[in-house]
Amino acid sequence: MSDDGTAGHASATAGLSDLDTGPGRLANRLDTVDLAAGTPDDEQPFAELGLKADEYARIKDILGRRPTTAELAMYSVMWSEHCSYKSSKVHLRQFGDLPPSDALLVGIGENAGVVDVGDGYAVTFKVESHNHPSYVEPYQGAATGVGGIVRDILTMGARPIAVMDSLRFGRADAPDTARVLPGVVAGVGGYGNCLGLPNIGGELLFDDCYAGNPLVNALCVGVMKHEDVRLAKAEGVGNKVILFGARTGGDGIGGVSVLASETFDAEGPAKRPAVQVGDPFTEKLLIEACLEIFAADLVTGIQDLGGAGLSCATSELASAGTGGMHVDLDTVPLRDSTLTPAEILMSESQERMCAIVEPAKVADFLAVCEKWDVLATVIGEVTDGDRLTVDWHGERIVDVPPRTVAHEGPVYERPMIRPADLDALQADDAGRLPRPTTAAELQAHWLAVVSSPDAADKTWVTEQYDRYVRGNTVLAQPDDAGVVRIDEESNRGIALALDGNARYARLDPYLGAQLNLAEAYRNVAVSGAKPLAVTNCLNFGSPEEPEVMWQFAEAVRGLADGCRELGLPVTGGNVSLYNQTGDVAINPTPVIGVLGVHEDVRRRIPSGWRKAGETVLLLGATAPEFGGSAWASVVHGHLGGRPPALDLAAERALADLLGALGNQALISSAHDLSDGGLAQGLTESALRHGVGARLRLDGDAFTALFSESTARVVVTTSDPGGVKTTAQWAGVPVTELGTTGGDALVLDGLLELPLTEVRAAWTATLPALFGGPEHGTTFTVPAGTVPTS
Amino acid sequence: MRIGVITFPGSLDDVDAARAVRLAGGEPIPLWHGDHDLKDVDAVVLPGGFSYGDYLRAGAIAARAPLMQDVVTRARQGLPVLGICNGFQVLCEAGLLPGALTRNSHLHFRNRDQVLVVERADTTWTSDYRAGQRIVIPVKNGEGRYVGSDADLDRLEGENRVVFRYADGNPNGSSRDIAGVTSENGRIVGLMPHPEHAIEDLTGPSTDGLGFFTSVLKSVVAA
Repeated sequence: MSDDGTAGHASATAGLSDLDTGPGRLANRLDTVDLAAGTPDDEQPFAELGLKADEYARIKDILGRRPTTAELAMYSVMWSEHCSYKSSKVHLRQFGDLPPSDALLVGIGENAGVVDVGDGYAVTFKVESHNHPSYVEPYQGAATGVGGIVRDILTMGARPIAVMDSLRFGRADAPDTARVLPGVVAGVGGYGNCLGLPNIGGELLFDDCYAGNPLVNALCVGVMKHEDVRLAKAEGVGNKVILFGARTGGDGIGGVSVLASETFDAEGPAKRPAVQVGDPFTEKLLIEACLEIFAADLVTGIQDLGGAGLSCATSELASAGTGGMHVDLDTVPLRDSTLTPAEILMSESQERMCAIVEPAKVADFLAVCEKWDVLATVIGEVTDGDRLTVDWHGERIVDVPPRTVAHEGPVYERPMIRPADLDALQADDAGRLPRPTTAAELQAHWLAVVSSPDAADKTWVTEQYDRYVRGNTVLAQPDDAGVVRIDEESNRGIALALDGNARYARLDPYLGAQLNLAEAYRNVAVSGAKPLAVTNCLNFGSPEEPEVMWQFAEAVRGLADGCRELGLPVTGGNVSLYNQTGDVAINPTPVIGVLGVHEDVRRRIPSGWRKAGETVLLLGATAPEFGGSAWASVVHGHLGGRPPALDLAAERALADLLGALGNQALISSAHDLSDGGLAQGLTESALRHGVGARLRLDGDAFTALFSESTARVVVTTSDPGGVKTTAQWAGVPVTELGTTGGDALVLDGLLELPLTEVRAAWTATLPALFGGPEHGTTFTVPAGTVPTS
Repeated sequence: MRIGVITFPGSLDDVDAARAVRLAGGEPIPLWHGDHDLKDVDAVVLPGGFSYGDYLRAGAIAARAPLMQDVVTRARQGLPVLGICNGFQVLCEAGLLPGALTRNSHLHFRNRDQVLVVERADTTWTSDYRAGQRIVIPVKNGEGRYVGSDADLDRLEGENRVVFRYADGNPNGSSRDIAGVTSENGRIVGLMPHPEHAIEDLTGPSTDGLGFFTSVLKSVVAA
């Protein structure tokens, strides 16, 4: 946190309370605007709050005086990397520069983008990171990560309908992983389950590089009608500013500036007070109250309180509106009466929202809140003029132009340099690694790959998540994409996939981001959906390291170029930087989310084999590509060479083909091939319902099984001729692999893998690592037993 | 047929229960915990969720909601009541069903497709099943472990009031694999698994859950 390693270790809150005191505190004085004007040379703890000297100077320049302590608090959180995107902004502009899309109703800049999915429905979706808090306090960090992204979706006017989680930890057998992972999983589940949102999928991956920096990325998706879209702006002089939801407490103070925007430092102070504590019950009430408020048209603008709390909500609402705003801060309901004004402005207490309400509608608004036992308080109003002013017991403690807080923060063009080790890394070709030479070795490698923690059965995690609530979940993990019905009459629905292979991105961040996009795109298409829009969560190390900044810039450029080629808009995203401990940054981890639409979810395509006697076909072409592969990583602990080649035209043709095959009901299953290649894909499809297959692999069986060539999918069909004809027409290569049936995966003339053996290996890994009860194997659901009278 | 579905603060599966009533051919009637109005319903479903955030004890606060006083009174007069998951916890806390639901033995929330054996096919809510029938419906809970003293459990079994038992694995450590129980008159049933999540091939592991709702509709017609 500090250059000299000693002096800067006062915590952010200690830095504040030295100067700033409210009623209830013993110390000296309230730092008002007048006082600040009269004491221009008072020293302020800007460095402890995460501001650089030149940023502090700029604040003085904007205000024409030193900031008050409350103003300093607001600027410090809003100009943090987390809130201001000051290092990433110059790169992220490429997403906004993508060609306009008819599907995009609301673009980047609002809380979440909104996409037209047909029939008058709009969908909003977004991923957000809660990486740093989850390392400090795994349960609460992960729980409030879910809570925060759900409020972002709610703020757009949508009913949240599902969540997903993308998780990364250090080595699976590392002691600290056993501390962090169970808490994170319980936190994601505990919050989402209690909110009544089905968890429909995600990722769980392990790598040494995340040992001190686990990644917890949470996605939420919500649905509304076009006309119900809400925006975060304060309009209409005299309209009331209403804070509603939980009381404000001392939790999460400085979360965005101290936690999320600095690297961890072994010598640093305890950061636990900077982690928020969640109450999903209150959030559930907040959701229902908000939806009732939206339905009755009671708000003109709304914003959730997440990172940077009231500082963010008030300045963003005022900045986006046409007027100013005044807030009487002493009216904010508190959990802790000793909080100072600056602490109240910085607090990241969860489950709070801020609405702009016409005076005539205030009574109705408060009545809805009372019905749902939600505390609601008028704390201010929209003013004419262009200032955001905050009073504390009648004394002015904030008087700022809101745009300078919310939207005109610092912007950096950080220096960038290609990592010095990249040439050597790329030259270290995985194709030169020793390959299995016998059938027995091939089988051993197969079992090793599918039972590795990254590839193994995720039931230990997903059993802790409710996938059924709301009754619209059509597909969920372990299928390639989550599919949710949004209209019970028309059966219209959506599909979502999240993918972020960081090994590829380490080898080539430009290509890696595109490969992740391609995989998520393919996973959505495999479910039978038409891909429509993209979101992202970009997890990287410190932007102050030129090599990290280069990785970031390359990944953004790759993603933007990939989206342009696929014709998909980027609807928004999230950047998480400073994921590094000391000098060691995580592998660049761009997690990409793709949303697709199903015109009729009854035509969804599952990934598991259900019936014997069907033909197994491979769509797409396989080349010997092992750079960054699961095989190289699991069997050799190797990361090097080039990632597999990207062919977005082939991905597009494959997606179109899958859409056509799904519409004509020509295939009974489809499964994407990615990490672990065909070996992994066959294993998952076979184990789903305990149906094996007899297959013949032409050419080199090792390459066929473990190459991670892209644009490939395995399908099953009872009409191979029909599929082949359609594929030929679509220009997608088809290879017939064999026939489903039996209780083993049999490679003719090569090996025979009994399903019981592969299932035992595949299911044992996570329970063995993370304990818990015996975890029964999945069983085949018997044919419908609808009672008859 | 009017089947009420109560919404408490924190109820989650109320929309699912209403859908199940509708697909079975009934008319779902939303009931609000804070009212004293059962709206002339013919039966009541207490849905799953985390009423009042499961604070204090799961179901403890909801059991004292205004509407629950009316439910208790009418249930004692024979109104059919089904409690699912959190609703089962509420019924136990309200004294309408015996026993208690405690933290799962393995301490995790667990969601899986569960095999149940129907022990009683003559209650108001299970008449469309056969005794001994195996059905598959989802279970999902963190506090679903059914417990009681040995004497109480012996009496319960002696009175033949166990309606469902877990088969092929007990998901939460419930005593004697008990998944659901009934009142003496067979008109009140509570269970931890979720029949309302097994009513459509599209979204559930089976359609085995529909029988709860078709059963009660027939009994109401017959009454």
